[in-house]
Amino acid sequence: MLLISCPWCGERDEVEFHYGGESHIAYPDDPEAITDDAWGEFLFVRNNPSGEFRERWLHTHGCRRWFNLLRDTSTHEIVRSYRMGESADQSSGAERESD
Amino acid sequence: MASSAPSEPRMAPLSGWESRFVEASESGVVELGERPFLAHVNLRLDPSNLSARARVRETLGVELPLSPNTVSDGAGHAALWLAPDEWLLVGPTGSEGEIVGSLQGALAPYHHSVLDITANRTTLELVGSRAREVLATGCGLDLHPRVFGPGRCAQTLYAKTQLVVWQIDDVPTFRLLVRPSFAPYLAEFLCDAMLEW
Repeated sequence: MLLISCPWCGERDEVEFHYGGESHIAYPDDPEAITDDAWGEFLFVRNNPSGEFRERWLHTHGCRRWFNLLRDTSTHEIVRSYRMGESADQSSGAERESD
Repeated sequence: MASSAPSEPRMAPLSGWESRFVEASESGVVELGERPFLAHVNLRLDPSNLSARARVRETLGVELPLSPNTVSDGAGHAALWLAPDEWLLVGPTGSEGEIVGSLQGALAPYHHSVLDITANRTTLELVGSRAREVLATGCGLDLHPRVFGPGRCAQTLYAKTQLVVWQIDDVPTFRLLVRPSFAPYLAEFLCDAMLEW
């Protein structure tokens, strides 16, 4: 089981959380103006890297906040968690030493 | 009918469990009991609003804690941090109407939400030198005294049941706040866990 660091509550078991897919997908400024292809891209197309991935998680059974997690999809190493509105590069997020 | 006062006394979710609790408890080691009907009020407020927080302090005599998963006490009330803008206020049995009324008056100028949720959860008290071990049987939370001590609370899972765990003293005494429909299941699980000690 993953030990996920909620930016509010600290480290908790994975079962307390729900996964919310890739983060930092911005809603189109003017959805009426973009093509169907671009809209489909926005709705359905996500990165699937082998390596570090920025994703959203919800601390369902704790503080019920959405937050971002920088996780390595091949090693499951959790590099950093950070609150909504913060960037992954800011150091204010809860940081975890890599093993 | 709806406006008349209830003619029958209210029934605790775990009424009838008293003998099971006595049977499972070992005095001084670990004891379990129910503390039903404590007043529970949910408060939502912008934490950066200093004057609104001051109003709460003046009204209830308790400071709203800002650090995650902590509890502050004052004037018979406790405020548990549930989320960055959400607290659970716990008061003596029967005081929920008074808490809601006074807060609604005090917070009227501000964007807020105050809700009586007394019936939403019942409280189990797990007390004794082995209480921590009993709790650890079904809960993944780090309960080491270095991490989780008096004045700490957490929303977590115990045996897949959503709980608010709240340590009130050094004995240690844990208050477990649980939904009434889950209470018999939780009580059953805890009584079984307590067999070991």
